[in-house]
Amino acid sequence: MTTAVQAPTPPAKAVGPMRQDRRRGVGRFAALLLSPTVLVLALVIGYPIVSALRLSFQVTHQGINPTTGMVENTSHVGLANYAGIFSGDSASQFWNAFWNTTTFTVAGVAIETVIGVAMALIMHKAFRGRGIVRASVLVPWAIPTAISGLLWKWIFQSDGIANTVLHTHVLWTTEGFHAWGAVLIADVWKTAPFIGLLALAGLQVIPGEVYEAAKVDGSGPWRTFFRITLPLARPALVVAVLFRMLDALRMFDLPFVLIGAHKHSVETLSTFAWYEASNLRYGTAAAYSTVLFLYIAVVAFVFVKVLGADLIGRGVEGKKK
Amino acid sequence: MTSLPPAGASTPLAGALAADATRAATGLPVKRTRRAGASPWAYAGITVIVIYCLAPFYWMVVSALRRPDDQFSNQAFPWPISLANFESAFKPSNGFGRALLNSLVVAGLTTILTLVIGITAAYVLARLEFRFKNVILAAIIATSMFPGISLLVPLLKLFVSIHWINTFQAMILPSMSFALPLAVFNLTAFFKQMPFALEEAAQIDGASPMQAFRKVILPLAAPGVFTTAILTFIAAWNEFIIALSVTNKQDMRTAPVITSLFTGQYGYDQPFGTQMAAGVVVTIPLVILVLFFQRRIVEGLTSGGVK
Repeated sequence: MTTAVQAPTPPAKAVGPMRQDRRRGVGRFAALLLSPTVLVLALVIGYPIVSALRLSFQVTHQGINPTTGMVENTSHVGLANYAGIFSGDSASQFWNAFWNTTTFTVAGVAIETVIGVAMALIMHKAFRGRGIVRASVLVPWAIPTAISGLLWKWIFQSDGIANTVLHTHVLWTTEGFHAWGAVLIADVWKTAPFIGLLALAGLQVIPGEVYEAAKVDGSGPWRTFFRITLPLARPALVVAVLFRMLDALRMFDLPFVLIGAHKHSVETLSTFAWYEASNLRYGTAAAYSTVLFLYIAVVAFVFVKVLGADLIGRGVEGKKK
Repeated sequence: MTSLPPAGASTPLAGALAADATRAATGLPVKRTRRAGASPWAYAGITVIVIYCLAPFYWMVVSALRRPDDQFSNQAFPWPISLANFESAFKPSNGFGRALLNSLVVAGLTTILTLVIGITAAYVLARLEFRFKNVILAAIIATSMFPGISLLVPLLKLFVSIHWINTFQAMILPSMSFALPLAVFNLTAFFKQMPFALEEAAQIDGASPMQAFRKVILPLAAPGVFTTAILTFIAAWNEFIIALSVTNKQDMRTAPVITSLFTGQYGYDQPFGTQMAAGVVVTIPLVILVLFFQRRIVEGLTSGGVK
């Protein structure tokens, strides 16, 4: 990538300095144009991340000052916020949130991917009405998550439409497994179309000749799907699934609006950390959110390294090999 | 909420649509048989998809249009239609009108600032060769995966100490943490598609890189910038956790936040009719954007990640 700087070609002695000069000019120009973005990101992401890390090691105790008799907060540096993850009352709450975050992500993304791919296959076959389909597929994606949380809360009311249609009497929005299910349904509704769109884009770059060749070779529809469609659409699908997983791991709006703050059955790491912060326990909140951050980083790393998700896209990383 | 679409490649949908047009025009027999064979099932499938996507939204609209007395009716059509829920959503004590304005200011300013800052970065990353380019691009993309909550906790503490609670900047600046990577990502993908001959021609004519960018590339990039603006605006308009946490005064809340916090007459009953009406109002601008710019939005969302 930086060949011009690294390799001053011997024969072009006369051109060398000039070219190097121009390259340096490009570098300076690039740095100038990049600096606002880098600066803003450092401010709104770099600073908070470092600061959260520092906060997470800051242990605050509330005690009565013996001389003044006032309640005072004293803080020192320590691992107590992280230790709370493994022992005591907070441990079970933390692991519950961790478990919910994981199950929402795994179950949600799995169902979304199946529905999304099915949608993509259908949309790919349809020749007329593409505009209507595309517009309607975008509607769940465009509705703010908080609003869709309210909408599903209304649908899942005790005498709401969900119970009427299903002929059930489930109190969906109260604590319990059904609350988890309600959040999952709302999440799948909103995000399956998004996977569908990305998968459709992946299908559309598969040339028709491949399918014709498969047909000539006597491949049935299932075989064609698993042997041709899926492998060829894989790059697009892996990226879509990765983005959905990163998004699902930080789920906040839906459980918060649909069920409520600090509800055991739908508490995620995000809502739990938010609850701690809203009760001014910044240290533990920072520790939990740091764990979530590391969790997300590990998932992203696995996707990029093991499954080969190419996020940057062709033309940059792709050319290296 | 916001999912970052992958960057890199071209616009496959547009290509496919063009291919459809050619197929229709040439009327190749092979394609014709395939189309005839596929259609009944495909149409059934399409109907299922459309119902799946629109039924809950339809229910929101229907519930908003009911009379408060019929609120718990589960009839598919609201009759008689009533705007009472909308009236009560806009009741002065709810502060919903002001919240819409706040949302517009926050989402609008976030979009403008993001584009102004992001365009140059995306151009540099897409068109120029320099050291650490891949590292910088990867870092910018990596920032999009940071969970909002881990940014929020320290920012909340900071904003409390510098008295930024209940200010626009306290919502706009953190919103850029997801808006800026999204914009740079999309714009980089867009700039990459433009032919390099454009700059070469400009340079032969004696233009500096800056001039080439301003006079040649930028005007031609307008469609990509516009698409990015729509995506950024929708993402910022839908933002919830930051706006919820850095405000506690009613007249600084944004529309999605205030809608979720509406309280009923007695405090404990949730005013669903009013909330559905407010939800429709919050969603309508986005649905209009989707209807008008669906092709662009899909192109923006799917640009890249597709080889």
